[in-house]
Formats: sequence, structure tokens, C-alpha cells
Amino acid sequence: MTQSVVVQVGQCGNQAGCRFWDLALREHAHVNKRGLYDEALNSFFRNVDSRKSDGAEFAVGGRIQHLKARAVLVDMEEGVVNQILQGPLREVFDSTQLLTDVSGSGNNWAVGNMTYGSAYREKIVDKLRKAAEQCDCLQCFFLIHSMGGGTGSGLGTRVLSLLEEEFPEVCRVVTSIYPSGEDDVITSPYNSVLAMNKLTEHADCVLLVENQSLVDIVNKIKVMSHGTKPGLNIKRNSAVTSGQGGLSGAEKPFDAMNNIVANLLLNITSSARFEGSLNMDLNEIAMNLVPFPRLHYLVPSLTPLYTLADINVPTRRLDQMFSDAFSKDHQLIQADPKHSLYLACALMVRGNVQVSDVRRNIERLRPSLPFVSWNQEGWKTSLCSVPPVGHSHSLLALANNTCVKPTFMELRERFTKLYRKKAHLHHYLHVEGMEQSFFSEAIASLNSLIEEYHHLDATKARLTPDAPRLSIAR
Amino acid sequence: MSVVTVQLGQCGNQVGQELFDIICSDAQEGQRKTYSAASCERFFHQTAQGDLVARALLVDMEPKVINRSMSMAAKSGRWSYGASSHFSQKQGSGNNWANGYCVHGPCHRDAVEELVRREVERCDRLAGLIAMMSVAGGTGSGVGTYVTQCLRDIYPSSFILNHLTWPYGTGEVIVQNYNSVLTLAHLYQLSDAILVHENDTVHRICSRLLNIKHISFSDVNRVIAHQLGSILQPALTADSHGAYSRNPLGIDWQVRPPADSGRSRSLTGGSFNTSLANLLILRGKDVYSAETGGIDDPALYTSWLPSKEAFSLWKSPVPFNKYEKSATLVSNSQALLRPLDDMVGKVWNMFASRAYVHQYIKFGISEEDFLDSFTSLEQVISSYSQLC
Repeated sequence: MTQSVVVQVGQCGNQAGCRFWDLALREHAHVNKRGLYDEALNSFFRNVDSRKSDGAEFAVGGRIQHLKARAVLVDMEEGVVNQILQGPLREVFDSTQLLTDVSGSGNNWAVGNMTYGSAYREKIVDKLRKAAEQCDCLQCFFLIHSMGGGTGSGLGTRVLSLLEEEFPEVCRVVTSIYPSGEDDVITSPYNSVLAMNKLTEHADCVLLVENQSLVDIVNKIKVMSHGTKPGLNIKRNSAVTSGQGGLSGAEKPFDAMNNIVANLLLNITSSARFEGSLNMDLNEIAMNLVPFPRLHYLVPSLTPLYTLADINVPTRRLDQMFSDAFSKDHQLIQADPKHSLYLACALMVRGNVQVSDVRRNIERLRPSLPFVSWNQEGWKTSLCSVPPVGHSHSLLALANNTCVKPTFMELRERFTKLYRKKAHLHHYLHVEGMEQSFFSEAIASLNSLIEEYHHLDATKARLTPDAPRLSIAR
Repeated sequence: MSVVTVQLGQCGNQVGQELFDIICSDAQEGQRKTYSAASCERFFHQTAQGDLVARALLVDMEPKVINRSMSMAAKSGRWSYGASSHFSQKQGSGNNWANGYCVHGPCHRDAVEELVRREVERCDRLAGLIAMMSVAGGTGSGVGTYVTQCLRDIYPSSFILNHLTWPYGTGEVIVQNYNSVLTLAHLYQLSDAILVHENDTVHRICSRLLNIKHISFSDVNRVIAHQLGSILQPALTADSHGAYSRNPLGIDWQVRPPADSGRSRSLTGGSFNTSLANLLILRGKDVYSAETGGIDDPALYTSWLPSKEAFSLWKSPVPFNKYEKSATLVSNSQALLRPLDDMVGKVWNMFASRAYVHQYIKFGISEEDFLDSFTSLEQVISSYSQLC
């Protein structure tokens, strides 16, 4: 089995990452009743002997001694990382995995990417190398960051290009939190577009998450749990926003939103960690969902968001789960895939669900979902027998869909509004190494990306004739 | 005479485990000494303690499925896999045929060949080799094709049967058509017989004939294993002179049309499925008095092959897998023509837009290789559709 390393950069990246580690421990504790350090745990954790100062590691099969996360934490401010080190997860990280500075990036991509990127290049590569060496078969780097600020966005994308440089064979899956339209960081459009250029170039695939969608999901659940209908209590642990049962005690602000991101990562890796009748390894994600190298932006959709406490699970509820995965309420970006074009779609199912359930639902939903002409049956499915905590089954849908085009176009608009007036540009151009060409290249890259999606959209209306076959002479 | 089985990838290993399970329980059923002895000799070797160990290797590029198959076998209490008869790596083939064929295959060639050799040496006489795999994924398809090539190199005159599981038409893997076409085109040059099960068809059997409500892959795999078992278990053939035929794979499946077979026919010719060869296997009660109906009717067969040569009948008075009477038909005919044609049609469509091609090129095959495979299959489709 393989290992993955999580690289969390910036405030958002580290807060979301922190929730990931908490929920991962919770999930494994739930499944792993005998306290043995198994292959599944090995994929995200090392098992060390804390008595020895050199932290010698134990191999798979023995008892759990001391679990250490396979992670690298980077932040140019100390606040968030310090909080982690003082909190209940402190034992899970050791100081060699952390890289911090004090002054932050001032919400400036150039500061994150150029100033800190250059200053800390060696140290970053060093820590990444160390994490990689501790794996006997490293398959994937998961980068978590936000797009709107300075560190996550700027330094995060610098780390991404370092990952490609130093570890070209290892898959790079990036979870990028995009800011909402009314973000309080004025320059977030600059930061996001500059970062996107790097994502397009260096990531194998990007899981798009929008802040606003996370907020909406959190609110939806709050409304649900404060409902007055009797018997409609939400089952403990089951809300996708809940951290109940984890190590951390009272929830902090943003915890609920970050738990959603954490669950996304847990579900994506479930079929690689646990067994099932149709496994899906991490290298299969890009293989199936990325038909053209630059079009690797994926729309995630998680269901269920919560489970009601008292209700049994009739088949109808199972089918409802599939319907929900294709409803806007469950998506992690504000987009409309049903009215755009699917290039490919993956369904990652967990729990007691059989292949016939999946087939029945694909047949049922297929007519209402427009797929590109050359990929009419573009479904990738996986069945993992272990459900997530608090549920009997769950579904993560990952779609490569042209509905991201409007999202990118809005971003472009916000960028252009500022750039036209050269607003705040001097903050960036003052940074050593930064030039105006970075801006023009970045917007050109975004333009051509939008153009590629537009091209595909245009094929939707047209009836594309079948490709010519070969006629064989007798 | 013994058969050595190589199980490749998740599907190959899952189906293989069910196959050995059915064969073992069928062999150990009731009072049928000769049949049991023949069956056990064919598929298992016996340890000093009398335990049955499958003549099989389990190959996969990641360990989870092999672990599960081996432990399920051991749990049965009746048979097991050889403790060291497996090979796995840590990281799978990523649903990528080129990764399986160009990278993993050559990389692990020596280790796998060594395991095959060891297993073959344990056989008194080798009847042939069976490779079990799916065509949709990366390991079964890619590594499976490479391993078949190796088997052909090491045992040039042995009979090699490839058992292939075709995926559901509506996707289990998005690039399944690429993987399937690349596999089939290569296997055509290497294999003596390609035996196909389609998930869609087996699924229909489960839902309509067996009335299973929530069909799982276990259900599907068990049906496949049952059908395979009924072909491979001992039977009396026309020339076995009353003994259970020593070579279960010993009919000539390959037929070549004569050079000038005149007329042509369209695919939608509106006539019944034309066969090249059919094998009917009857097991259980009343086999000796059974009528085979019109299966040997010349009208079913291509005109340039007399039905006497095209039709074979095997019998076994021993009931198989608890069915009092059962019949199995293995057919080399136009039955697979439509699914094959659909598959190739879809593959052209996808290739025309070059979707996913970069993923394969990365691992060492070229656009030429794709086109060669398509051409090769178009020829197969043409040959079969012109049967009359």
C-alpha cells in the first residue's frame, strides 16, 4: 500500500488540515478496534517509538505506539501553527515538520511566492524530502491552501512547483479554497488569478472549493438541527460539519466549514486505504478524470451532509443519496453542472452499497446529465466497504464539468476591475522578483483555459457525427 | 494433466478465488472417485498432509485484493493458495494499460516468471495455462497482456487460454475502452483461446434468472466462476475413450477460413448468429440419453466448415456444483460481434478528440500503437461479420 503526504500552507490550509488530522484519527479509531498499526493507518501516519530520541519507526503489524502525521505545515505567521501545537493534536506533529515565520505575507501573492518562496526554498525542500523518505512508497501529495490570501496562495503555489521539480513521479492533488465574491481581502482576485496560473501548470488535479458553498452547507445543517419537528434529530457524529468524537473539544469558528474539506479528503482516499469490491487508487483519479492535461479542475459534491437519528435505511434513501450528489446543495462550488457539459464523473461510494445499486442510479440519473459526445459513458466508480463515521454509506461525486467556466469568468471579471485601474498593483511590483509580466501571463493563462472550456461547451449543442471507422478490404 | 492459472488484477483475483472454491467443493462432493481425482489433479496439488493447494499464482500491483483472496480461500477450510504463490507491489497501475504493459510488466517479469515456473514444475504434465483478468483496468489488462506474452515465450507450444471479464457498458472505468482495445489487439496474437464474460450479461443473469435483488460483485463473480467451472471440470470427450479427458483445453478453437470464401455479408444481415465452432458440455443425470437438439444443424454454421467438425459434445454423468442436470455452451460465433463493434466505435470517438491519450503516452506507447490496435480489431470485426 502507498503513503500520502499532506502539505498545508497558510492560515486556511493549516486550519483545514488540522481538521483533517483530527477526523482521520477519529475514522481510524472507529474502524481499527484492535489498536494495531495497519496498512490503512500507515498511509497517513507513522508509528514511532516516542521513548527514543531518534524517533525510530515501527513497521506495520505491531501495536500502535505513537502516531505521527505524514505532514508538512507551512505558515508565515505563527498564530495558527502555535495553536495547533498547543492543542490536542500537538502529539501528532513534531517540530521538524513545521516551517513558520512571524510577519505573514500581507495578503500579497508576490510576497508569499517570491520573497518567502526564495528565502525558504532549501528548508521547504528539506522538509518535503524528509517526509518523502519516511514513506516506502509515496504516491500522492495533498496540498491544502486558500487562493485569496498571500501565504496559502503565493507560497502554496511555490511549494506546488517545488513538488513537481523535486518529485515529478508523485501525484499532486491540490485542494484550493476559492474566496467568495464579497471577500474582505480586496486583492484576492489578484492572488487567485496569479495562483491559478501555477495550478494549471503544476497540479495533476485541483479540487475546487468555494467558501460560500461551505457557508451555505453549514447554515443548512444549522437550520436542520434547530428544526422543531419531533424525531428529526441529527445522529451524533454524522453531520459532515461535525467534529464530534474527535480529539478537539469545543468547536472553533470555521471548524464546521473546515470539517467539510476534511471529509472530502477522507472520502477521496477511502478506497485506497480500505478494502472494497471495486477499489480506486489515488493514481486512478487523474487518469480517469483528466482527459486533457490543463483541464484538471474538479467539482466535488458530498452526500449525505448528515444522517437523521431515528430512521432506518430503506432503499429509497440510498437512491436519494445519489440524487443529492447531483443537486446544487451538496456541491462545494457554486455552479450548475446539470446545465453544462460533463467531461467525466467519478462516484466514490462508501459503505454497504452494491454494484447493482450504483448501476440502477447511474441509469436513472444519466438521461438528465449532459455528457460530452466522446465520453457518453464517462463514469468511474469505486466501492469501498468501510463507511465514514456516523453513516452507513456515503457518496463523493467528483465531476470534470464545464460549469467551472462561469466561476473562472467571474474571477476574471473581478481581476479585470482592479487591474484596469492598476489598483494596488504597486504592492506587488515592489516585491523583488515580481514583474508585470506575471500578471499578463496569469490572465492569458486564465483566458485560454476559459476558451478551452468554451470550445467544449460549443460541442454540446451540435450533434457530433461519429468518428469515421476503418473499412477493411477483403 | 494439470492446468496452471495466473490471476491478474482485482477482477482476476476475485473471480479466480471463486472459481477454485466452486471447483473444490464440486470435486469433494459425494461418491465420485474418478471425477474427484481428475479434478483435484487438474487444479490442485496435495501437500504431504493431504491439503489441497491451488495450482495458481496471484498477481496484482497492490496488495489488498490478494490478501483478501488468500484469506478467504484459507477460511474455506477445504483448500488454500500456496503461501508464496503471489506477487504484488505497493502501487497499482492506475487504470492505465500502458503503465501495466510498459512499466510494471517488464519491471516484474523475472519474479512472475519464476513463480510460474515453480508452479508448472509441480505438475506431472501440463495441459495448459489460464490467465484470468479484466480488460477495463490497468493491471489485469496491461500486466495481464505482458504476462501472457511471457507465457507464450516460455511455453511456445502450450495451450494458453485467456479468460477476460468485460466491464459494464456504462462505465466502471472511463478509459475502459482504450484499455480493452489495447488488450484484445495484443492478445489476438498471443492467445489460443479468449473466453469472454460480459458484466452486463452476467448481471442480467443475476437479476432475471437468479432473482437476486441487490446484486453485488460477489454474485457476479460466482456466476462467472460457475460457468467457467462447468467448462473446465473433467468431462468425457469423443476421443477420451471413457476416461475423463486428460486435456480440458484440448479442442482446436482456432479456425481459418479458406482463401476464397466468396460471398460477403453485412453486419445487420438479419440472419441468425453464425457459428464457427460450438462446444456443448452436458453434466449430470441422463446425459447419455440426452438429445442435443438442433445444435449440430449445419444452418447454424459457416458454410465452409462441416458441422461435424464444428460441433463438439462432451458429457459427464457427474452432476456439477449441485445442479442435477446442467448444460454449458461455449461458442465461437458472431455473438460478441455487436459488443466488440460498439466498443471499437466508442474508442474511435474518444481517440478522435485525443482525450486521455496524454496519460498513455506518458508511459511509453504512441498514437501509432493505438491506431495499430484499432486496425487489428477492425479486421477481426470484419472477418466475423462476413461469416455466412
